[in-house]
Amino acid sequence: MASLATSAKGIVPTVRRRRYMDRKSLIPLLVFLPPSLILFTVFVVLPMVDAATFSFFDWNGYGPITDFVGFENYADVLTHRNFGTAVRNSLIVVAVSLLIQLPLAMWAALALSERGVSINVLRTIFFVPFMLAEVAAGLIWKFVYDGNYGLLPIVGDALQVDMPFVLADKFWVIPAIMLVITWKYFGFHMMIFIAGLQSIPGEVVEAARLDGVKKWQIVRHIKLPMVRSAIVISVFFAITGALQLFDIIIPLTNGGPSHTSHTIVTFLYQFGILRMKLGFGGAVSVILFIACVVVALAYRRILFRVEQN
Amino acid sequence: MASTTRRKRQPAVSPFQWFTLLIIAAFVIVPFYTTALGGFKEIGELRVNAFGLPASWDPIRFVEILVGPSYFRSLGNSLLIAVGTVVLSTLLASMTAFAFAHIKFFGSKFLMSYLMLGLLFPSATAILPLFIKMRDLGLLDSHLGIIIVQVAFSISFSVLLFHNFFKELPKELIDAARMDNCGYIRIYWYVTLPLCLPIIATVGVFNFVGSWNNFLLPLIALNSDAKYTWPLGIMQFQGEFGSDWPRILAFLTLSILPAVLFFLAAQRYIISGLTGGAVKG
Repeated sequence: MASLATSAKGIVPTVRRRRYMDRKSLIPLLVFLPPSLILFTVFVVLPMVDAATFSFFDWNGYGPITDFVGFENYADVLTHRNFGTAVRNSLIVVAVSLLIQLPLAMWAALALSERGVSINVLRTIFFVPFMLAEVAAGLIWKFVYDGNYGLLPIVGDALQVDMPFVLADKFWVIPAIMLVITWKYFGFHMMIFIAGLQSIPGEVVEAARLDGVKKWQIVRHIKLPMVRSAIVISVFFAITGALQLFDIIIPLTNGGPSHTSHTIVTFLYQFGILRMKLGFGGAVSVILFIACVVVALAYRRILFRVEQN
Repeated sequence: MASTTRRKRQPAVSPFQWFTLLIIAAFVIVPFYTTALGGFKEIGELRVNAFGLPASWDPIRFVEILVGPSYFRSLGNSLLIAVGTVVLSTLLASMTAFAFAHIKFFGSKFLMSYLMLGLLFPSATAILPLFIKMRDLGLLDSHLGIIIVQVAFSISFSVLLFHNFFKELPKELIDAARMDNCGYIRIYWYVTLPLCLPIIATVGVFNFVGSWNNFLLPLIALNSDAKYTWPLGIMQFQGEFGSDWPRILAFLTLSILPAVLFFLAAQRYIISGLTGGAVKG
């Protein structure tokens, strides 16, 4: 209640002021808060609680939930032969994002953080794929990769190599998807980096430049450390994005060939939702949720450290 | 002057960088370019003349799609859902953020943290129980159901953006209004909202894009063709025409064109939403 008293200013006695505030703010609070809180609770929090509940039962979605099975669903998920693939693929997406996509984005951001017309045009070009719906991006690339009419066989003809039908090839399907993901999202990370780079005071860089510090050293010792929080954010988005990757996979491969290109969410869709196995799906949800929370907590810790510095 | 001459000797972007950037730009554009032209080409032409201009500019496929039943219907459905989501989420999130930013009450910190839990996990996580919940509430196969759920999932981020903005507003303004015996609801409506048009635009555009591109939720919640949004429509169209690529490419072009144009115009707000919200996250 101390917070109430702080806004009381001099003239009005604190006690009277308090009562006045309470009455005055009760109705606005009743108007402003419940709609959001109720929607959020009913459609975001409760489903997550339900997922945890379902995960301990064998239930097909109809009738009462009675068939308690303990941790059986979790065992089923963890021993499912496609779950390992899904987790592995999601981790590959994280790795490719961190090792290829983000460095590429940073490189582009360093080149494009200044002002200029041609720079703006390039920036916009790189950003357009991000704004495109994943489904559309997936279909466009399904065409690019099409072994009969797409662009890839034409590139193959030009290089005189026989290109495989990459999306139907157990080995090539993952690199092919990674290329699409990089195409789609590196511009997004670039934009975050550019925002960070633009907030560096010009004098700092200019002073170093006048002191004869080499361009690469400026990047290494001034720019990169100063955009650390932007990098942390990008890493966070890259990881959570990888964990929820779904839309782009469905049009491209639908998880195939032979379930080799599933991510965690397409796995959930294929084996939990389509078959209405709520216990199984609930267990996948809980595992995914735990992964997200772990990432978020780690992220908070890192971010907190950045702010302290 | 010394600094400018030095700068000239050390240009921001070297020729090698320009060259690489242009190659990447070509890599980004080529899929769009071939998609847009592919709709004019015959299927055989795609193989022999992938990058060149089409032999004829016959718009027959585009016309067929435009006069067909599903194109405008699915775009209309998407538009309806997106507008509904934007209006509702802007209203609810700004009200909630206003309460957190300007009204002091017991538990405000706790409730704000509670709402921010939504930033932790994506909507895909609990999609199956969500489906059950929508079914039990009779919200399946309805646009309203999609809108409500999308609003619920956008609340956390939208409240965060509004809250960050409201905190920066001069406190004297609110205090002055309160001295004039103006209630919080009227302050919200007449003082705060008119001042926060930029953040309304940011939140609005951001949620619009999210709704317009949403696939998973409509996929599990809608089952009648007449209610399909455009991502569902395009998947259905692709399923129907298999590998009749010119037709699919024409459909793709028509579907993404309005969105791409809109997004180019609204790009600024999308970026400020991403960076503004993210930095404080």
